[in-house]
Amino acid sequence: MPLPLLLSLSMILLAIGLYAILASRRASCSLQVYGVSLVICVILLGMALTHLLNAAAPVTLTLPLGLPWLGAHFRLDALSAFFLIVVNLGGAVASLFALGYGQHEPAPGRVLPFYPAFLAGMNLVLLADDAFTFLFAWEFMSLSSWALVMAHHREPANARAGYLYLVMACLGTLALLLAFGLLAGANGGYDFATIRTVEMTPGLAALALILVLMGTGSKAGLVPLHVWLPLAHPAAPSHVSALMSGVMTKVAVYGFIRIVFDLLGEPVAWWWGGLVLALGGITAVLGVLYALMQHDLKRLLAYHTVENIGIIFIGLGLALAFQSNQMYASAALALTAALFHVLNHSLFKSLLFMGTGAVLTATGERDMERLGGLIHPMPWTALAFLTGAAAISALPPLNGFVSEWLTFQAILLTPELPQWLLKFLAPAAGALLALSAALAAACFVKAFGITFLGRPRSPAAAKAQETDRYSLAALFTLAALCLLAGTLPGLVIDGLSPAVGLLNGGAQLPAQQHQPWLTLVPVADMKSTYNGLLVLLFMALSGILAAVLIHGFASNRVRRSPAWDCGFPDASPAAQYTAGSFAQPIRRVFGSVVFQAREQVTMPPPGDGRAARFEVKMRDPVWDYGYAPITQAVIALSKRFNNLQYLTIRRYLSLVFGALVLLLLGIVLWR
Amino acid sequence: MHSLEFDIAHFLAGGMVVISLLLLYQHRLYALLKVFALHSLTLALAVGWQAYIQEAHHLYVTAGIALIFKAIVIPAALYRIVRRLGIHRTLDVVGGVGRDMLAGAALVALAILVMLPVTAGTDAVAREDLAFALAVVLLGLLLMVNRHNAVSLVIGFMSLENGLVLAAAGARGMPLAVEISVAFSVLIALIVIGIFLFRIRERFDSVDMQAMDAFRGERRR
Repeated sequence: MPLPLLLSLSMILLAIGLYAILASRRASCSLQVYGVSLVICVILLGMALTHLLNAAAPVTLTLPLGLPWLGAHFRLDALSAFFLIVVNLGGAVASLFALGYGQHEPAPGRVLPFYPAFLAGMNLVLLADDAFTFLFAWEFMSLSSWALVMAHHREPANARAGYLYLVMACLGTLALLLAFGLLAGANGGYDFATIRTVEMTPGLAALALILVLMGTGSKAGLVPLHVWLPLAHPAAPSHVSALMSGVMTKVAVYGFIRIVFDLLGEPVAWWWGGLVLALGGITAVLGVLYALMQHDLKRLLAYHTVENIGIIFIGLGLALAFQSNQMYASAALALTAALFHVLNHSLFKSLLFMGTGAVLTATGERDMERLGGLIHPMPWTALAFLTGAAAISALPPLNGFVSEWLTFQAILLTPELPQWLLKFLAPAAGALLALSAALAAACFVKAFGITFLGRPRSPAAAKAQETDRYSLAALFTLAALCLLAGTLPGLVIDGLSPAVGLLNGGAQLPAQQHQPWLTLVPVADMKSTYNGLLVLLFMALSGILAAVLIHGFASNRVRRSPAWDCGFPDASPAAQYTAGSFAQPIRRVFGSVVFQAREQVTMPPPGDGRAARFEVKMRDPVWDYGYAPITQAVIALSKRFNNLQYLTIRRYLSLVFGALVLLLLGIVLWR
Repeated sequence: MHSLEFDIAHFLAGGMVVISLLLLYQHRLYALLKVFALHSLTLALAVGWQAYIQEAHHLYVTAGIALIFKAIVIPAALYRIVRRLGIHRTLDVVGGVGRDMLAGAALVALAILVMLPVTAGTDAVAREDLAFALAVVLLGLLLMVNRHNAVSLVIGFMSLENGLVLAAAGARGMPLAVEISVAFSVLIALIVIGIFLFRIRERFDSVDMQAMDAFRGERRR
């Protein structure tokens, strides 16, 4: 019976959190907490892997906890097993990383108790099988991650981020609560098995879909509910940022998939897929555009999380569109692409955040404009970061390419859809996806180039040293997994197929492992194939050949000359290409419309000794047009009702009394 | 069709409404306390009668709680408080008796109009009980709204709570645990209110709410 074991392991994580409260002052506590978390995550990972790979039947368990008439239901099926793999892989590697990184933590008492609790919360969300347990675990996850965001609460920016996160998390949970209320129907059967059997009218089902989109989208970072994410994720310590960005957003995706694909059953209307598809496309492009404008390394990564969530939702939207037209084979492809991207994003985003954490430890800087040249003192970190950057930019032979390629294959099947709107919408989403992939590549050229190449832009960057062994082990584990999943995608797809089948009425992609040379054939030989191994082989061979040719034919005599004299007349590092200058062309093309970016150059008149200034002003359209009016309305209303705080006791009583009498009168008159 | 059992239940519940109306125009605090004790006594009888006709033995416990705490302990405690505070000569007058009676009569009518159609399916005893209980609750609220003195507010609150217990006794099936916890929470409320009364008195030399409102300074912006 794996389920009691899984639950008791989660409970051990909670117990470790309690232990950390007592022992966090001791120096060894950090090692103990992260060590035990690592071991438990590895065990959980192994159990989930065996469940998924054996395609075992779902197991359920009911405990007499929670609501007295409901109990706490738990269930382990292929979908939750897959997401357990994602969560615990991320958790294990983050714990490994933190064995080294956690030593530098200035306030361990604010991180150690919540870290294992956060891991336990995410595991419980995946195992929950009734609405109460799900929401409880969901809130537990939100609150423990909020505590981690507030770990360094004395910085005003972090306090603001934490506040915004709390507000958005409450909003999301409220939406989910209402959604479950609709799903349970009039009889109030809140366990998932009952919810699956409830028949809903199309209108109510659509309302539930929108509520679920709000609830899970606010946690995952769907535009326009993403505003908290780029503030909160970077505020936490880096290994927690890796977990929040790489893993917690995936738990939100799990929530969406579980409710929409599993609990709601067959999509009722074709526009469901269109809606999710459009939201995903907008999220992908806006996320990457925001990211390009950022010079804070961790915030840039957080915006890329928004982009990748968009890509995942494109896949999910396509799957919904196909399912509503009973095209289950195509839906299987889209679902596989989405789930594959879930795994991939958790791998490379964790890798990138941890790489940033290593840079942060070495230099104390997150601002790219003050970094540079780190490839010399930190070659291994640079190599791992480069792998992650190539993976997130969807370059073959790494894993990001495979899942985005699969998404494109699914988009290429959309002309068979009968609805004209979808026929037009899907290629548009494809164009947005292509655009965001290209912009992401540009963004990571910037991130890697400015941070690791060139010369140091600050003394801190010049004095950097390579990070510790634990951190490097974590970085290279993830880099190796990225390469492995990219070169052997067929194995991953076969592993995913039970989860896809569960969501898709049994239809899944054909088994890939019997294809010759481990080639990926999603639809048919005639249409498209991809072989990661072949690409890797070709790239390795051509790279070696180029190196041999250059070293063989070029002169190897040592020459000394002024470095870059034509591009570098000034020896100051400030004369280098900066992150801001790299992003300028893209800012001019897209930013002037989307962000109303305005550049202003102030040249002092001749004879004036002041430096020239170059200013860029940008506005956030989502904040300006979405959130600012709401905030203003709330503030205006609060001001109007502020007087209510200063009434006499009799007035308050009279208000209560008057309201009661009015309501009763309403009942009498209305009947 | 109306049996004697129904008549007695009807009489006792109706008696509570009448005593609630009596509470409305008691301007002296001692008189108010005595009428409240009568109110609680009637509640104990009403609940006891319900226990007898429903053959629900746990309701005897409820009746006992009402008798001991609400008819004896709480009035006695408030009596002591009033004497210790030296406010037994205070008159707590807000409006005219006629106005209060009219408002009270309107509330009783409202309660009956609301409850009788809603409870159409249930048996007659529960219907009457619920309608009267809502009337008692509304009259208790009216008493609280109408008075200045803190002790009168407490009495209003307690009589409102009596109405709730009456509703619970008539409705069948409220578990005993809930009743006991409600009774205890009322007792705790009394202790807290009693302590607060003395504290307020220490600070402001008065338990008149108007004096305190004036003291808060920040009102009326």
